[in-house]
Amino acid sequence: MSVPFYVSPEQLMRDRADFARKGIAKGRSAIALQYADGILFVAENRSPALHKVAEIYDRMAFAAVGRYNEFENLRIAGVRLADMRGYSYDRRDVTGRALANAYAQTLGAIFSSGGEKPLEVEILVAEIGTSTAEDQIYRLTYDGSIADVRGYAVMGGPAEQVADYIGEHYQEGISLAGALRLAVDALGHDSNEVRELTPDQIEVAVLDRTRTQVRKFKRISEETLGRILSESSPDTTPTESSADKPEETDESAEAAGDTPVAPGGDDDVPVAPPEEPGGDDRPL
Amino acid sequence: MTFDASGRLPEAFLTPGGSSFMDFLAGHAPDLLPGRRSLGSADFSADVPHGTTIVAATFPGGVVMAGDRRATMGNIIAQRDIEKVFPADEYSAVAFAGSAGFGIEMVRLFQVELEHYEKLEGTTLSLDGKANRLSALIRGNLAMAMQGLAVVPLFAGYDEDLQGGRIFSYDPTGGRYEETHFHSVGSGSLFARGALKKLYREDLSATDCVTVAIQSLIDAADDDSATGGPDMLRRIFPVVGVVTADGYLRLPEDEVADIVDRVWAERHLRPDGPASATLT
Repeated sequence: MSVPFYVSPEQLMRDRADFARKGIAKGRSAIALQYADGILFVAENRSPALHKVAEIYDRMAFAAVGRYNEFENLRIAGVRLADMRGYSYDRRDVTGRALANAYAQTLGAIFSSGGEKPLEVEILVAEIGTSTAEDQIYRLTYDGSIADVRGYAVMGGPAEQVADYIGEHYQEGISLAGALRLAVDALGHDSNEVRELTPDQIEVAVLDRTRTQVRKFKRISEETLGRILSESSPDTTPTESSADKPEETDESAEAAGDTPVAPGGDDDVPVAPPEEPGGDDRPL
Repeated sequence: MTFDASGRLPEAFLTPGGSSFMDFLAGHAPDLLPGRRSLGSADFSADVPHGTTIVAATFPGGVVMAGDRRATMGNIIAQRDIEKVFPADEYSAVAFAGSAGFGIEMVRLFQVELEHYEKLEGTTLSLDGKANRLSALIRGNLAMAMQGLAVVPLFAGYDEDLQGGRIFSYDPTGGRYEETHFHSVGSGSLFARGALKKLYREDLSATDCVTVAIQSLIDAADDDSATGGPDMLRRIFPVVGVVTADGYLRLPEDEVADIVDRVWAERHLRPDGPASATLT
């Protein structure tokens, strides 16, 4: 008679967290940044069709990194929740807090249930108010923990390095053009080598308080983006702390086969095209 | 509407499905759909407010939609400043005649339907697609229409492919008909349509098109007791929406007032409105 393995709850949770974290770190970063007139979203994403940033409601947007199919499902659920609340109550009664809560409960329940694999996603729910002080950015991780962020938030990929870069250069009340340049530079400073990202490699959207329409979300086209970026020069100096690269916590003796993405492949493609075998699994 | 007690998103929200908000409601919260309620067998036609006359007309590069401000309940004026013309989305307008309660609910649902699709799919529906969704919405209301609670909408929008305005009318069974140049629905529509027929030209400017629409509403109010004319004492004027390549614009109150004042001044001289030539 075989004796089932005993796995301590701590170990179990750690394994699940490592599993999710690894999947998320394999993708590219996404940034949300408060600027004078709203919130800017910049994500490295080479697919023009599969979005990492999207509109949820009048003053609310959603950004995510990780597995596309998983966060897309969460996005759709968010739009359904928001539209249904707005329809049965009023448009003003749709709040970021309620949505962030629903996401947190959902992610948390999935993370701690034994039956489902944890979602390999990290998401942001952002809502603009009438002034910068009233803006809200909620950052939610795979385990359902939720943080109220001020200023800026970075997730996915080498998030720490990107966040460090923004932290060094960010100022409150920054202009849209300034915020955009900062975010694009930060995405380029995600490794020892400084990359210069071109407009077709990034996805940009804003929640703009000054928009006259009720719906404040707006995507910024490649063309407009190119124009704004051409007005400022990129920062090409490498970050000093490049030597002590943050190491991935890999204590859990996880077999290579357990990693959520197909091994190998081209790292530059955020979402592998369907014809590439196993490509669907690559996180955004 | 049911929300999970734990605060977790209900399963239905996370289940892959179509991009229609109406279909989602039908599966998850059917009580929120207007057509799903049981009414018994009474005839409600005289007991609830009814909206009256709507007109729409195209001009090169866009379309105008206007509605009077009256709602009637039998012989009573239920409301004198009701609004019956709304933006459906950025490039289309919708208005209704008939049962006001259901009309407003239908417009709200239609607006969410279009916005929901846009958010989920990342692109807007074609103008014909939007017109067909409205058909489906009316069809769901058929049982109530038979009991005197019919809602007859008028839908108009800017077609980006054709670069011009288009108008769609409906019957209570959901039939959808495209109209050329102009159309009118509601109790005063016969008179409004007559006026439009005589005043309309294909090359009208946007302002002239609005003027023609207002003329036709005044004519409708002249001969139909349920249609409200411009309320000169309270300064309540028709709601006018204009849809062009720049999107939906509700004409500001003072601009409508200017046009109404000019029309009104002319009508002091000739109460039946401008005369049209017997030939040409």
